[in-house]
Amino acid sequence: MGKKMQIALTVNGEAHDLLAEPRELLIYVLRERLNLTGPHAGCETSHCGACTIEMNGKSVKSCTVFAAQANGATITTIEGLGSPDSLSVLQQSFREHHGLQCGYCTPGMITRAHRLLQENPDPTEEEVRFGISGNLCRCTGYQNIVKAILAAAATINGAKEAAE
Amino acid sequence: MIAAAFEYHRPADLKGALGVLAEYGDDARVLAGGHSLIPMMKLRMAAVGHLVDLQDIADLRGIRVADGRVKIGAMTTQHEMIASADLAGAAPIIAEAAVQIADPQVRYMGTVGGNVANGDPGNDMPGLMQCLDATFTLVGPDGSREVAARDFYHSAYVTAREDGEILTQISFAAPKGGYAYEKQKRKIGDYATAACAVQLTKAGGKVTSAAIAMTNLSDTPVFSDAAGAALVGTSGDAAAVKAAVTAAVAAINPTGDNRGPAEFKRHIAGIIIGRAITRALSRA
Ligand SMILES: Cc1cc2nc3c(=O)[nH]c(=O)nc-3n(C[C@H](O)[C@H](O)[C@H](O)COP(=O)(O)OP(=O)(O)OC[C@H]3O[C@@H](n4cnc5c(N)ncnc54)[C@H](O)[C@@H]3O)c2cc1C
Ligand code: FES
Ligand code: FES
Repeated sequence: MGKKMQIALTVNGEAHDLLAEPRELLIYVLRERLNLTGPHAGCETSHCGACTIEMNGKSVKSCTVFAAQANGATITTIEGLGSPDSLSVLQQSFREHHGLQCGYCTPGMITRAHRLLQENPDPTEEEVRFGISGNLCRCTGYQNIVKAILAAAATINGAKEAAE
Repeated sequence: MIAAAFEYHRPADLKGALGVLAEYGDDARVLAGGHSLIPMMKLRMAAVGHLVDLQDIADLRGIRVADGRVKIGAMTTQHEMIASADLAGAAPIIAEAAVQIADPQVRYMGTVGGNVANGDPGNDMPGLMQCLDATFTLVGPDGSREVAARDFYHSAYVTAREDGEILTQISFAAPKGGYAYEKQKRKIGDYATAACAVQLTKAGGKVTSAAIAMTNLSDTPVFSDAAGAALVGTSGDAAAVKAAVTAAVAAINPTGDNRGPAEFKRHIAGIIIGRAITRALSRA
């Protein structure tokens, strides 16, 4: 066992202080210490994107970040984007457009799509496909995921225009 | 997959980082974006006693373009390079190559310094930097020195960088003329089966300069003087392109792996190099 260190994280708006070994992977800090089981460990080899979270404004594969690196970070997981009683526009859109089947990739997919739409609020289909290319889905064939993200963008932009 | 235990350091400045490296010697290693090193540590292919995280060292970040020179701090991420309007103006080949690296999540974390210092022949930035004739700044306990990208790579994972040194900056003259980075890969997120960077200039219908470098076709990136020379002085016609491709392919030494046998890679390399030259010519 390595020596533990104090790690401070702000996750979904809540401050946490915990003791962890520097080598622990952020995905397991989130899942096993903070009980945030939205982000999934799919491959553990930086390939599938199921573990995607947002860290300091970046989409990050949390299986490829040591706990120590995240000390001081601001993190958002799928749990911070919406809840079963109050789905985010993206979550609602994935539901309406059948953007998921087994759901394993979905938290990572939506968390990534969330950041993509922050940076590019009105993406083309190609930009959506390129933007989610770090997230693998074994079930859907991506068609409905892309549809769901494009529809969410349209909804968000429509609401913005209506408000103006 | 659990990495072996290590002690973690996060110095606030370069001096602090060099201090940790000096204290622990080859038991210490710097961590940039971690997207090459962490996978290796998880596989226990890299053992690191002291990990020196560079994330707090603000001096290592940023892109500056002035007086025709481009300077990129080692901790600048691939994502930042793709988003940089300054770089898009001064050296558009950088973004063209960077978007072909890995996937969005990796590019948010992966840094240019990590990519060129790593020494993995699969990394795309080393060949690109050889094409641009970039210079790497290395800072160690005895001060700083500059090494040309074309002299930096000795063999896989063996570079001119000494254990106690940190690569702080990459700089090059803003290139002129046409450019292209072509990469053949099996899927998004894969390293190159073959990739090629080209920068060239034309004047009065003739090619006046050409730099051609290749990725993942030997145990180091390959810069081919002969390939460039085959184009210079020609109009860039089909025969000249063919001669340049032949010269470039003669300079590589691919090995067979899960991307295919060596002969297949030579074949793919020829096609990719030809495409890169042709596209660069069309933009010159
Ligand atoms: C799924 C996946 C796909 C990928 N595909 C590609 C690809 O197609 N093309 C490609 O080029 N790369 C690819 N990569 C690698 C990625 O680009 C890495 O981010 C990059 O190689 C290393 O940058 P880093 O900042 O993550 O460095 P790290 O992983 O932190 O460091 C890499 C090495 O360089 C050393 N180092 C880092 N910074 C410095 C410095 N400033 N001074 C001295 N030494 C330093 C470290 O000690 C370490 O040995 C891929 C990675 C993944 C996970
Ligand atoms: S679990 Fe992190 S990328 Fe697959
Ligand atoms: S819905 Fe099953 S992996 Fe995407």
